[in-house]
Amino acid sequence: MDDPAGPRPDPHVENELSIHHSSALYLAQDDSVINFDVAGLVDQFWANTVDGLSQGSIYALVALGYTLVYGVLKLINFAHSEVFIYGAYATWFTFYGLGFRPGPTPELAVFELIGFLLLALLAAVLVSGATAVVLERVAYRPLRNRGAPRLVFLITAIGASFVLQQLIFIWRGGNPEQAIRLLRPEPVFEVFGVAITNITIIIVLASILLFFIADTFVNRTRFGRGIRAVAQDPDTATLMGVNKERVIMLTFLIGGLLAGAAALFYMMKIPQGASYQGGFLLGLKAFTAAVLGGIGNLRGALLGGLLLGLMENYGQSLFGGEWRDVVAFVLLIVILMFRPTGILGESLGKARV
Amino acid sequence: MTLLELSGVSVHYGRIKAVSDLAISVNEGEIVTLIGANGAGKSTTMRAISGIRPVSSGSITFQGEDITRLRADLRVVRGISQAPEGRGIFPGMTVLENLDMGAYARKERKNLAAEMDHVFTLFPRLAERRGQMGGTLSGGEQQMLAIGRALMAKPKLLLLDEPSMGLAPQFIQQIFRIITEINREGTTVLLVEQNAQQALSRAHRAYVLETGSITKTGTGKELLADDSIKEAYLGVA
Repeated sequence: MDDPAGPRPDPHVENELSIHHSSALYLAQDDSVINFDVAGLVDQFWANTVDGLSQGSIYALVALGYTLVYGVLKLINFAHSEVFIYGAYATWFTFYGLGFRPGPTPELAVFELIGFLLLALLAAVLVSGATAVVLERVAYRPLRNRGAPRLVFLITAIGASFVLQQLIFIWRGGNPEQAIRLLRPEPVFEVFGVAITNITIIIVLASILLFFIADTFVNRTRFGRGIRAVAQDPDTATLMGVNKERVIMLTFLIGGLLAGAAALFYMMKIPQGASYQGGFLLGLKAFTAAVLGGIGNLRGALLGGLLLGLMENYGQSLFGGEWRDVVAFVLLIVILMFRPTGILGESLGKARV
Repeated sequence: MTLLELSGVSVHYGRIKAVSDLAISVNEGEIVTLIGANGAGKSTTMRAISGIRPVSSGSITFQGEDITRLRADLRVVRGISQAPEGRGIFPGMTVLENLDMGAYARKERKNLAAEMDHVFTLFPRLAERRGQMGGTLSGGEQQMLAIGRALMAKPKLLLLDEPSMGLAPQFIQQIFRIITEINREGTTVLLVEQNAQQALSRAHRAYVLETGSITKTGTGKELLADDSIKEAYLGVA
């Protein structure tokens, strides 16, 4: 540390900072690809926090699906991203079926809006839930019955993901569905100078509510206890009279339902989000969130999702928009270096989840 | 009356035959023990009875009904419950939750509290530990929990797989005493053991399993007095 030749702050750079206080501090030349915009980070801190929480809530809901299935089957269900995007399509088609079209946001009475959104929620949840259950039935159960090795499950998961994607591609083509908005984002109140929109409030509150419902179900009900028992010791669970196949199906169903809800929120936030590949990156991020929090751990999924949403946004301000995804995955790698089982640790049971 | 009957039961692991042509019967009210060395097929037999492991030939009947192909979880509903080898405690559940898992298959859940009290009377130590995670219990406590949990199903037949394994001598004594007590209260017990001395002295009848086949059967007392058994399992020359 006391090496005189060691790295020191460049006085020139410091000078730059003080002159262009709010502009980006370039590490290299002007045509550099990475910024180091500390001022931007500070300026937009609260805006990023708010947006990160709403994005993170969506990650968290999808992450729960990864984590539940992993807990029970020790399988990373890579097709979960498509379970999610099927919900997004269900949302879009519900809007379309209700007579809404791409273009200006309609003026709706509050009760109408709530009714339509609930209808879309129902459709998304049912479609995603059904997709997850059918996926389990068609892709994974036959492998289980044959006692296939873990690697085969993983490859099947990736394959199933492509199949589900391509089904949409064949049906709807490569372009995303045009945005249909039912609800314009409007500020409801301000926190630290940041307008909190109605959409943000709905997404964050509803996601947290859904998380608590899922958490309570897993921890407090008989079925939930069955899920935890299978996660902790499948054979002994069977010896207690737990029907493992039913638990597995139920687990996929819950994961699917939550992904469906996440899909509606996603479509409210990003109305042009229904695209055949649209689940891929979000799914990967949600999976990252699950691993970050500790896969197999429900509270870990919530924590990981919110944290990822926040860090991604902060990173975007700091380094520039094109670095957003890099930040997410670097964060994962860094955390896993220090805590290989994620922040809260693995397993549906051991961390008292 | 015969409660459980295995006839001609063979179980394979891949191509390897773990047990072959077993004929075992357990009458209502008995303690029957299955003794044998490591790898003789004792646990495989237990897994076949509870349905975790499919049989490749032969049949299993319980209360006169064929259960050979019945799903494992439904066998619990019929009244077979097991404290498995290695105890199978759910590490992330409390003692209470583990006990509650034992009653998972039960339709009538009214007398659950009474059942739990009964388990706590048998194993006062569990009552002290009721809020503790299963994974943090000592080996002896876990074994008590495994047996208590199996009792929560109100079984007609209780399968105990090596309850003395890895336990301190004073725990072994206690566990076997409680097994006898459970049997006196009316539960039929099928006990798999390496500790032949204890098992034979507690059991009404016994089977000796050697490399997957039954080589000897008789009452517990008979086998205790048998010279070849003494030599092979009781450490008496």
